[in-house]
Amino acid sequence: MHPKRRSRLFVVLFLVVGAGISVALVLTALNENLNMFYPPEQVAGGEAPVGAQIRAGGMVLDGSVNRDFETLDVSFVLTDYQGAEFTVVYSGILPDLFREGQGVIVQGQLESDGQFKASQVLAKHDETYMPPELADLSEGHQKKPNPLNYDQ
Amino acid sequence: MPLKTLWHRMGSPRWMYQMSGSWVWVLGVMATVLLIVGSLWGLAFAPADYQQGNSFRIIYIHVPTAIVSQSTYMLLGAAGLVLLVWRMKVADMVLATAVPFGMSMTALALFTGAVWGKPTWGTWWVWDARTTSMLVLLFLYFGLYALRQAIPRQETAGRACAVLALVGVINIPIIKYSVDWWLTLHQPATFKLTEAPAMPPEMWLPLAVNVLGIYCLLGAVLLAALRLEILRRERDTQWVRELVAAR
Repeated sequence: MHPKRRSRLFVVLFLVVGAGISVALVLTALNENLNMFYPPEQVAGGEAPVGAQIRAGGMVLDGSVNRDFETLDVSFVLTDYQGAEFTVVYSGILPDLFREGQGVIVQGQLESDGQFKASQVLAKHDETYMPPELADLSEGHQKKPNPLNYDQ
Repeated sequence: MPLKTLWHRMGSPRWMYQMSGSWVWVLGVMATVLLIVGSLWGLAFAPADYQQGNSFRIIYIHVPTAIVSQSTYMLLGAAGLVLLVWRMKVADMVLATAVPFGMSMTALALFTGAVWGKPTWGTWWVWDARTTSMLVLLFLYFGLYALRQAIPRQETAGRACAVLALVGVINIPIIKYSVDWWLTLHQPATFKLTEAPAMPPEMWLPLAVNVLGIYCLLGAVLLAALRLEILRRERDTQWVRELVAAR
């Protein structure tokens, strides 16, 4: 390679590597703040701030959904299936994908008694897509009865 | 043809112009066929998802546009490197002409993501690591476009854009790994290099067809725009004058 081009290549590499390192350092420093929500471990463990507007996430515990049939009030437990869990109370319309065993993210405030008062509930889904017939057959994805079905 | 000869020839606008004429057609026809087949297959014949029902089908537009928007940026970064180190004229033309395509694909990926997010997540937009880094990519495209317009001298504009394109490449691994490094609302990648996709073939095959199709579209659109740019910038050369006179 021509020496002139080689020196230009070094300058460019220096620029890109330098910028890359600084971005990496910034992201490492901000690491905790870049998480979109607090996992159940941090909420139950008292690491999440009480009274501030935060987001928390977890899996909806099977059989924990309690729906008030007169109002839109609903309460459910979010868990990481590893022992940490907390109760969420919410009043409003839940997303279509909300069901037991589903990952959800709640936005709102953590009360001092450990309950989470949510103003918004978002449903997470994973990258596993499946036709309904296949989902009926497979063990792990057995279709659960919708806990919010009024006809039940 | 030895690689080194090809490399030298690619630096010649005239050679690029003559070579690319038939490629535009080949890639254009392939893109049209693949995208029509993949979209019809995905939108009408592939099975619906067990959880999301039919709203899952937007994946057949969302994933290809998101993938190609990042690949286009990688291409801009490569063109920037070649321009800064080798001062190749064609690299600057690629740097100028690939921006609008990448910009539209990023905008389309963000739009389809929002449309998909509303029925499944329950919101149009969240500020999680994946969506935010993708928005940064859109702003990088805006920046590249604006920077070129703002600097009247072509050579200076080219180098400034090359530096911005190169530094912006850092955002690409951040987009890719954002769903693994941080807790996000966005799900992990649909296609991974190391594992089979977590869905049956009748669902991912049409998606693969559309991904292939959109890469052909990138090639066709980029080459077509590049040919126009070559003619515009080389309009005072003998070969372009002869070409125009022959028409």
